[in-house]
Amino acid sequence: MVKTPIYLDYSATTPVDPRVAAKMIPYLTEHFGNPASRSHSFGWEADRAVEAAREQVAALVGADPKEIVWTSGATESNNLAIKGAAHFYKGKGKHLITVKTEHKAVLDTCRELERQGFEVTYLGVKDNGLLDLDEFKAALRPDTLLASVMFVNNEIGVIQDIPRLGEICREKGVLFHVDAAQAAGKVEIDLAKLKVDLMSFSAHKIYGPKGIGALYVRRKPRVRLEAQMHGGGHERGMRSGTLATHQIVGMGEAFAIAKQEMHLENERIRMLRDRLLKGVSDIEEVHVNGDPDARIAGNLNVSFNFVEGESLIMAIKDLAVSSGSACTSASLEPSYVLKALGRNDELAHSSIRFTIGRFTTEAEIDYAVKLLHEKIGKLREMSPLWEMYKDGIDLDTVQWAAH
Amino acid sequence: MNEQPIYLDYNATTPVDPRVVEAMLPYLHEHYGNPSSDHAYGRRAKAAVEEARAKVAALIGARSEEIVFTACATEANNLALQGAARARLAEGRTLLVASAVEHPSVIRPLRQMAAEGWSVTELPVDAAGRVRVNEAARAVTQDTAVVSVMLANNEVGTLQPIREIAAIARAQGALMHVDAAQAAGKVPVDVNALGADLLTLAGHKFHAPKGVGALYVRAGTPLLPIMHGAGHERGLRPGTENVPHVVALGEAARIARECLAEEAARLAALRDALHGRLAAAIPALVLNGHETERLPNTLNLAFPGVEGWRLLEAAPDIAAATGSACHAGQHAVSGVLAAMGCDRARALGAVRLSLGRFTTQAEVEAAAAALIAAWQSLQA
Repeated sequence: MVKTPIYLDYSATTPVDPRVAAKMIPYLTEHFGNPASRSHSFGWEADRAVEAAREQVAALVGADPKEIVWTSGATESNNLAIKGAAHFYKGKGKHLITVKTEHKAVLDTCRELERQGFEVTYLGVKDNGLLDLDEFKAALRPDTLLASVMFVNNEIGVIQDIPRLGEICREKGVLFHVDAAQAAGKVEIDLAKLKVDLMSFSAHKIYGPKGIGALYVRRKPRVRLEAQMHGGGHERGMRSGTLATHQIVGMGEAFAIAKQEMHLENERIRMLRDRLLKGVSDIEEVHVNGDPDARIAGNLNVSFNFVEGESLIMAIKDLAVSSGSACTSASLEPSYVLKALGRNDELAHSSIRFTIGRFTTEAEIDYAVKLLHEKIGKLREMSPLWEMYKDGIDLDTVQWAAH
Repeated sequence: MNEQPIYLDYNATTPVDPRVVEAMLPYLHEHYGNPSSDHAYGRRAKAAVEEARAKVAALIGARSEEIVFTACATEANNLALQGAARARLAEGRTLLVASAVEHPSVIRPLRQMAAEGWSVTELPVDAAGRVRVNEAARAVTQDTAVVSVMLANNEVGTLQPIREIAAIARAQGALMHVDAAQAAGKVPVDVNALGADLLTLAGHKFHAPKGVGALYVRAGTPLLPIMHGAGHERGLRPGTENVPHVVALGEAARIARECLAEEAARLAALRDALHGRLAAAIPALVLNGHETERLPNTLNLAFPGVEGWRLLEAAPDIAAATGSACHAGQHAVSGVLAAMGCDRARALGAVRLSLGRFTTQAEVEAAAAALIAAWQSLQA
């Protein structure tokens, strides 16, 4: 017997792992010092915990602990990386490159820089969601100061070729920022090898708490940033504000657990994802969005053609899933990510993102498959479009009467 | 000897109240949804955020929709100053006015904006650390975009005449920003009584966890975001809502509101008892800050003939500070005390003792004895 609603929205957020919460709690009540307090043991103890967590985060991604700057989350990390670098290096050029399928925190930050007089190129993607490397290379200009490409897409789960993109940027002397909010703990990241200058991380996407994140800032060759928040000069002047010790401890522990368990866990999650895919693939007119191979284990984004997305989500409300990113779910617009893949509005509208995680069980997947079969069948029975399709009418040629 | 030192640094940070911990924990594992998600998990989280927003609003006499959650007071101060100044640039208002004793999270953004072309006027303070209202009247002009004065100073606890300064700001069409990070939960804060357009709160100063704060934004106040993203918090502050911490801030606000008057009286009595014991044993001990217009928990004292940090080193059973945690580690003269006109010897002898919800009579007595013994040991 499974408990509903079944949570299949691990890319929106994850529960805090009980092991992580257990580590955090003593820093709320017992070891509550301000890490910036230098005159007593409450402060020293908090400071030690912060530095131990910095090592844990660095260890998962092959960084030096000194290269990790704490922030309030990936949104702040993306803001600090992109605006901080653009402001510091504005003498070098005024051009930035990013991708149409990035998270809003990157796209909206780039829009702000455009208002400030920078120029931004927004690259499209191929129909599998991946960047065309030649197109990327061609977009680099002598005055390009930074390129920002996400490691793993939040909606379709595709993994960009960060190693190659990094090589291209380094060769041209362009700073390279990577939003890895959806990647850490899911794909191997080794910053000792990658030619990446700035990388954003989030805790709540990998079983840590909400409200904490980090930015990797390369030391060799050294990358400099203009702070976006000013104050007590914490984090070597790059990010002021009292450090939230327990949050940092939680993020450290979440990253340490990921380092220990991600290989086994990814195997298990991949198996569940494939079971889900296999379960729905005998439904007619099901299209997987995003590259089938270059994608993380936990993501399945599918369009159920001839079914309206909102009615589908209503019909399967025993499943906590989303039609796209949580951050844009309030709008009824079809996903801009799917549209960038060249999906038409109908297919984009009928898409569902299933994301599987640490606490998903086989029984939950089987329940989901059964429910989808039932409900999609029912919705299509009521759909005139589905009837026309079954009658062999090519819907693209139909002239719809205006009324 | 105590296992842990006696904590008299509540102005640096406070332990989370156990009731607050209890309120937030379910939102870590059980109700973990993203408030932006349109499913049961998301809706539950969203409802919790809105309930907390109402509790925070109630603490300061605001309306729910006037509360914007942030990661901390530093962020709230940056948002208030950078956001309001940029929003008013088109009106030609390019002057920013702030007191000389503000927290670094106000002073530094102003310094940055001065480098970007804004004019900044600093309001001097008197020997007790209070802004002179007539100086404010002279400084605030029709070019002023924002006036920023803290309600209570973090180092000496002096309360500012906000109401009078806000009236001056309003008369010139300037916005009034009040950093209430140290004041909330210790003294009554009412945005309408104060005349604040923008007001900063810090969770960890009143028994909520670190990593959450809020900015009050009076309805209709022009403000631009300083971070960009998916449009959370009415477009003023993007980023996935920090649900457990927002819930915690709400609960801490509820508790603070409930026990404010009683707790303020208890702390003032304990603080004055501590002051009395120290003054009886240490002649020439001087109070830094205002005698009466002061936070009930704060006691900043200039110990004669010693440096504050040496005194604290000699009293390892006491956890206190020589100044703000945010510029700890430097044995320099406090900028706040310098602005109050303290001479160097007096400023270097300063120790800030700040009491809080879990401070007891016994702790105060033990602390007084330990500080007196440490001071005497350094007189040899």
